[in-house]
Amino acid sequence: MFTLTDDQRAIAEAAREFADEHLAPHAVTWDQTKHFPVDVLRKAAELGMGGIYIREDVGGSELSRFEAALIFEALATGCPSIAAYISIHNMTAWMIDVFGDEAQRSRWLPRMCTMEDLGSYCLTEPEAGSDAAALRTRADRDGDDYVLNGVKQFISGAGASQIYIVMARTGEPGPRGISAFVVEGGTDGMSFGPNEVKMGWNAQPTRQVILENVCVPAANLLGGEGDGFRIAMRGLNGGRLNIGACSLGGAQFALDRTVTYLGEREAFGAKLLKSQALQFKLADMVTELEAARTLLWRAAMALDAGAADTVELCAMAKRFATDAGFEVANSALQLHGGYGYLAEYGIEKVVRDLRVHQILEGTNEIMRLIISRGLTGAA
Amino acid sequence: MNIVVCVKQVPDTATERKLRSDDKTLDRDAADGVINELCEYAVEEALLLKEAHGGEVTVLTMGPSKATDTIRKALAMGADKAVHLVDDALHGSDALSTSYAMAQTLKTIGFDVVILGSESTDARTGLLAAMLAERLGVPQLTQANKVDIDGTAIAIQRLTDYGHDKVEASLPAVVSVVEKINEPRYPSFKGIMAAKKKPVQTLGIAEAGIDASQVGLAGAWSEVVDFAAAPPRAAGTIVTDQGDGGTGAAEFLASKKFI
Repeated sequence: MFTLTDDQRAIAEAAREFADEHLAPHAVTWDQTKHFPVDVLRKAAELGMGGIYIREDVGGSELSRFEAALIFEALATGCPSIAAYISIHNMTAWMIDVFGDEAQRSRWLPRMCTMEDLGSYCLTEPEAGSDAAALRTRADRDGDDYVLNGVKQFISGAGASQIYIVMARTGEPGPRGISAFVVEGGTDGMSFGPNEVKMGWNAQPTRQVILENVCVPAANLLGGEGDGFRIAMRGLNGGRLNIGACSLGGAQFALDRTVTYLGEREAFGAKLLKSQALQFKLADMVTELEAARTLLWRAAMALDAGAADTVELCAMAKRFATDAGFEVANSALQLHGGYGYLAEYGIEKVVRDLRVHQILEGTNEIMRLIISRGLTGAA
Repeated sequence: MNIVVCVKQVPDTATERKLRSDDKTLDRDAADGVINELCEYAVEEALLLKEAHGGEVTVLTMGPSKATDTIRKALAMGADKAVHLVDDALHGSDALSTSYAMAQTLKTIGFDVVILGSESTDARTGLLAAMLAERLGVPQLTQANKVDIDGTAIAIQRLTDYGHDKVEASLPAVVSVVEKINEPRYPSFKGIMAAKKKPVQTLGIAEAGIDASQVGLAGAWSEVVDFAAAPPRAAGTIVTDQGDGGTGAAEFLASKKFI
């Protein structure tokens, strides 16, 4: 069932080589200096990472979501924060590819696939997180335009991005009154909050996006009025897989480092790796990761196939992989002793980066809500 | 322009490399086969020349059947097609007989310019470019860190201790490159997917016009008589500085006849 083809192996290898050369050596510095390496993102786009599952006619790589999962895991071994930003960018581009018309696709996607233009996904608001359908940002029709007003919270890439997909209310309260708009950077009335001071994910900016009488042509509406919430949720299914894959990659890096460290470090007259207690711990860590990977691949294949249980499987995979990834990374820190706590070893950064994966793209509590709804049939 | 880039599969330098005890040739099963690093620079230069001047890039590999992995990597980077010279009779060929087999193949497939890395990480003879040029009767422009082609004129720059040499010739020609010449591209995902659809022509020695008596172990002009594993690295000498560190270091260097 889960045997990779030669092409899939080659794709994962190319992403891993890129991560080894262009991400891993700089990850700790980027974290410490809060540097968003846009030049490196554009280099990644030369491999096809700007539009991994975007159609070829606009410059995408047109790969499957399963192949994307392989790519995000490989990238995250170098830096989970950058891998996760590339996921968000791809999710944004995918929404335009799938829900945009031909004019919208050809207008925005070619530059997104080369990452000359970066994308940001703007759903969450200061007072609407898990309950996203309660969002308050308004879009009022004014002739051929819409006028947007509101504040979006925790927006990855904000300030550096050119393409913002903003979910705003055009109608009734609740999910059916929400529409999705493409707002270009530099539009009058759009401004940004300060770069948030965060526990992790420091290699990408997180800011508020503030919309004050932002005038957007009706041609920037994705789908029809009232389609916004559905579009936002559809995007998140794949986004959850990608984030799960980013957790796997970060944790795999931490585990690999731990095996090396235990093989070198001596205590009480023997290498730590000779300790059966630690061997058992490593066995549990790799088993958890493999179980997470297997579930994630299964969910990715369901998404590719359009299976009926895709939403629940993506939620399960996200919940399981991000929890397992954090636990494994945290154990790796413990097994490194005091050195794990030092930035230089790169482990504590991964722990901080992976912690937020349990919160974003839908908290793991919301994942349980989705899973249980599928189980009980409750709305 | 018909550009042929010679690409070799070598054992991964990150793993332990061995010779076989029976016929003293490389043990290809002992390590993963990867593309020779300098060959990636040669492929990149071939692709840059094609992008500047048009034409077609053909990968030429002599090696066992598992060398197809290496061919696919070069195709994924963007080469158009490949020729794989593969024949059991070639096993054990030395540099001289390899150059003969490659030259015969090049005569068969035709070329305007042949590009190759200046040496491989396994045999490290660094001889192939010169031997190929002699056998083909065309100019050799070796150790290039810059290549310019203008019509049928070709010029390369070769870094030296005193600056650089400029070497000029006319096509057809053989060029070998060093790692300073460019930065090899990664294969794109699209390139990887496209690679398996690109034509790979497999040639045996008869089809390439190669005389079996001039290749393989029996046809080799040089012979590996004996070999031994590299001795494990001995512990280094530590000179502790107690005010006389300079003297201690100098005495050590003198004992090794460095000074």
